[in-house]
Amino acid sequence: MENNINLTLKVWRQNGPKDKGRFETYKLEKVSTDSSFLEMMDILNEQLVNEGSEPVAFDHDCREGICGMCSLYINGRPHGPDDDVTTCQLHMRKFKDGETITIEPWRSAGFPVIKDLIVNRSAFDQIIAAGGYTSVSTGGVPDANAIPIPKDDADEAMDAASCIGCGACVATCKNGSAMLFVSAKVSHLALLPQGKVEAARRAKNMVAKMDELGFGNCTNTGACEVECPKSVSISNIARLNREFLKAKFQD
Amino acid sequence: MGTFFGSSIGRKFMMGASGLFLIIFLIVHLSINLCLLVPDGGETFNIAANFMALPLIKFGLQPVLALGFIVHIVYAAILTAQNNKARGNAKYSSGNNTKEVMWASKNMGILGIVVLAFLTVHVYDYFVPLQITGTAPEVHGTHMHDTYTLVKNNLQNPVKAILYIIGCLGLALHLTHGFWSAFQTVGLNNGIWRKRWTIIGTIFAWAVSLGFCVIVVAMLLS
Amino acid sequence: MKLDSKIPEGPLAEKWSKYKANQKLVNPANKRKLDIIVVGTGLAGASAAASFGEMGFNVKNFTIQDSPRRAHSIAAQGGINAAKNYPNDGDSVHRLFYDTVKGGDYRAREANVHRLAEVSNDIIDQCVAQGVPFAREYGGLLDNRSFGGAQVSRTFYAKGQTGQQLLIGAYQALMRQVNAGTVNLYTRTEIVDIVMVDGKARGVIARDLVTGEFQRHFGHAVVLATGGYGNTFFLSTNAMGSNGSAAIKAYQKGALFANPCFAQIHPTCIPVHGEFQSKLTLMSESLRNDGRIWVPKKKEDVDAIRAGKLKPKDIKEEDRDYYLERRYPAFGNLVPRDVASRAAKERCDAGFGVGATGLAVYLDFKSAIERLGEDAIRARYGNLFQMYEKIVDDNPYETPMMIYPAIHYTMGGIWVDYELQTTIPGLFAAGEANFSDHGANRLGASALMQGLADGYFVLPYTIQNYLADDISTPRMTGEEKEFVEAEKTAKDKFAKLLAIKGNRSVDSIHKELGLVMWDFVGMARTKEGLETAIEKIAAIKKEFYSNVRIPGSSEGMNVELEKASRLADFIEIGDLMARDALNREESCGGHFREEFQTEEGEAKRQDDKFAYAACWQYQGEEKAPELIKEDLTFEVVKVAQRNYK
Repeated sequence: MENNINLTLKVWRQNGPKDKGRFETYKLEKVSTDSSFLEMMDILNEQLVNEGSEPVAFDHDCREGICGMCSLYINGRPHGPDDDVTTCQLHMRKFKDGETITIEPWRSAGFPVIKDLIVNRSAFDQIIAAGGYTSVSTGGVPDANAIPIPKDDADEAMDAASCIGCGACVATCKNGSAMLFVSAKVSHLALLPQGKVEAARRAKNMVAKMDELGFGNCTNTGACEVECPKSVSISNIARLNREFLKAKFQD
Repeated sequence: MGTFFGSSIGRKFMMGASGLFLIIFLIVHLSINLCLLVPDGGETFNIAANFMALPLIKFGLQPVLALGFIVHIVYAAILTAQNNKARGNAKYSSGNNTKEVMWASKNMGILGIVVLAFLTVHVYDYFVPLQITGTAPEVHGTHMHDTYTLVKNNLQNPVKAILYIIGCLGLALHLTHGFWSAFQTVGLNNGIWRKRWTIIGTIFAWAVSLGFCVIVVAMLLS
Repeated sequence: MKLDSKIPEGPLAEKWSKYKANQKLVNPANKRKLDIIVVGTGLAGASAAASFGEMGFNVKNFTIQDSPRRAHSIAAQGGINAAKNYPNDGDSVHRLFYDTVKGGDYRAREANVHRLAEVSNDIIDQCVAQGVPFAREYGGLLDNRSFGGAQVSRTFYAKGQTGQQLLIGAYQALMRQVNAGTVNLYTRTEIVDIVMVDGKARGVIARDLVTGEFQRHFGHAVVLATGGYGNTFFLSTNAMGSNGSAAIKAYQKGALFANPCFAQIHPTCIPVHGEFQSKLTLMSESLRNDGRIWVPKKKEDVDAIRAGKLKPKDIKEEDRDYYLERRYPAFGNLVPRDVASRAAKERCDAGFGVGATGLAVYLDFKSAIERLGEDAIRARYGNLFQMYEKIVDDNPYETPMMIYPAIHYTMGGIWVDYELQTTIPGLFAAGEANFSDHGANRLGASALMQGLADGYFVLPYTIQNYLADDISTPRMTGEEKEFVEAEKTAKDKFAKLLAIKGNRSVDSIHKELGLVMWDFVGMARTKEGLETAIEKIAAIKKEFYSNVRIPGSSEGMNVELEKASRLADFIEIGDLMARDALNREESCGGHFREEFQTEEGEAKRQDDKFAYAACWQYQGEEKAPELIKEDLTFEVVKVAQRNYK
């Protein structure tokens, strides 16, 4: 049922990559519990614009949990205090009247802050560019049903492929590791015959790029899996380890 | 293979593999120590302990074991340093409220230091007198240490006994995460085995740890 | 101006092969000398940029997001059509072509649609080769499901995330080219103008959204793949960043804007619940495979539900009006989107709508759960049900979903010929940004098909036909006067917006525009309403240019400034939509004029007067655009009243 709550927001403000940044506190009144978290941010920004101040910059786009653009660290958790959702799917009914909400950007050496709550996640693109694909060009490919794929493999590949590249795994990891992200892509493609062909090369190149970009080492805490809005499993990390070690031992 | 040790997964592999090796050592160690519980005044234990002092073991396997420890500790230090750097300088002011994450998994470094501290005491207590400074007197007709008496004297000091129990508990926690994590790291894991390794690992960790603790208590009370 | 759609001669089914056999090509050595700008990284943009790169062209690819993978194609849930006929249920290229033209209410160009159907199978092959994890049967072969407007099962899908998987496939292909150095990627960069040199499109002016800096980019050709303009309505199923600005820039440079009034209203969206709402969430059309749509038959039940005294499951079977099954027995719940949307509106207008606002109908899975079991339904739609529950806080396994139509897709767009070239030489448009394939209504699972068809299999051919004559054109430096002037104009526009310093936020004005659009240019349109809309939009435009408040400066990141510049263009589109809707005195597909309906309330076309694509030519600021018609001739399809009964 709809309810209105009053909130205190502690929001990270930072003018640019070189600015030191600080927390600003804002009061927000009568926020409907039916609104989404980002709609609450819209209300805050509307209030700020009407006061003549600059609104809080935050990344968001599809607002239905699939583009992976939204990225807030809310009260100690990436994507906030609900499970299996992105920030845009988080609703205000998860908060209490009078609550203070702390909103921070993703923090990791791999994701430098651009402005306020917006961080630069282009490292993920660079990792994909290093090998997260099958090397086929447009045209001249076999019929889609030429190679049967066991349903279980296809389903498992789909589960890994459901990663939205939001970076919550890195944000929550105490080591700033991108292993869940990398392993999801390596697994997705290694499980399918089309991707298996260059599985070894892919694993080596993507891991090398990940290391080069300064992400940390996985210590299997499993926090990434808990915070992943798409519930990508760390079994993928075991598969990545396997694929990588196999590739290296074959060299 | 040049870049293997330079890669994150390569380093993690060294960590996991050395961990598994140390787990095997723990099994051997516990097996021998359990002889302390044989009520024959330490005869069985002394024979088993003397076996460990054979030249083949002393000069063949001990360096390997030492290497296992060194690799595990050195890589832990390297990985931790890198991870701290990757985390960045800015910390979350709202902390970390992620639930369902095992406490031990986030504190392997601290637990490792606890175990290391214990190990130092342990080496000083036994390894040094037995294999470095001490000469083996004749016991029951053969030249060997009366390790049984050494252990007994040592552990009848309640402060020591408590110290040893703390060390064992630290080891247990370290293993609850370390055991399954090692299998995960070397790639021997999947959705099904993860549950199995976790259960086996937890049982193993506490069995080993409590096994040692029982011995400590038995010695304390004997 | 006489429009030449450049449709190749010959029988419909042979046109595309003939075109390819006779077109001009660019040899590999020359491809390296040619630059192509691709704006947008959705299905059409990413697939085109990747394919151009693979072929050896130099590509510059722009996106406003932080990564190409964020483009809104990613949100398509249900699937992608292809005429594979794997289920052996009578499908063929011809049938897919026919269904698409019919589904579009006979307002699409036959030749384009036939080509689309022809290449549909190649798309599936391509995607599988890329590793797109389509759903499979236990035998290891691909699974299909049915979708609205078709009597065959031709839709390939990857759970409820087909758009995501296809986009990631294209994105990966794109990143492979970025790695190879053939594609230069510009993220968080927005196109603010198109540069014309000697009557041809020769580049763009871009604005770096992080630094606020303006950049000049040269290209021998420019491809716009910037999606649709549904966000004119403020509330739509589009992403917050989806905009029509590049299309409007093209229009203002002389490209024609075709059929702007053809906007699709999707029948299954989560209803509006408050004024703070920022977007509407779509529930996949695939849900209509197993869900049954109904409202109560009796007014007293409606009142009791709205008052919270009765729950939907308390209404007995005989008291439920499964109105789609009642009105359209042949297609039932799987009628095309426009038909389903209007039927929902009809019931709600008649006072049978449910929910607090009375603007919702039920989508009920009770009988499917009884028939197949909860697990089977969970396997098919689990993620959609979860998404619904997170938003609405209701469990759809136990109580029916509430849905209502919302703006979803715009069939209209930049006019293109058979080669996907606009009326500006060297300027191409692909995907939702163009107008070409869906007529007045798009069938479900056809947007993904069109985006990828354009990018993978059409543009890589047709753009060569243009570029073959351009191999001796040297690269420009960006210092030419046309570039300098275009940059200055763009800068001035931004400065002008910042200088207004009024009292209203961008969003508040955008919401006002959205309400006018929904009320007068929405699901049911009338002459009076549209005239009112044009007046109101003019007033909103005046308000915008005199009273918008944009904090901050043009340096560095300024989100409000970005939004304001897009809103300025949405206002232009809104006006165009209303004018086009007013001109089109018939009802067809997504365009419903209340004056033109059958006695049963179905859309009534006026084929003798309106069998054309309405193309609008910009005449300058403050001047009404001029209408240019492209007559549609149907050689193969038999034009008839659409009948889904």
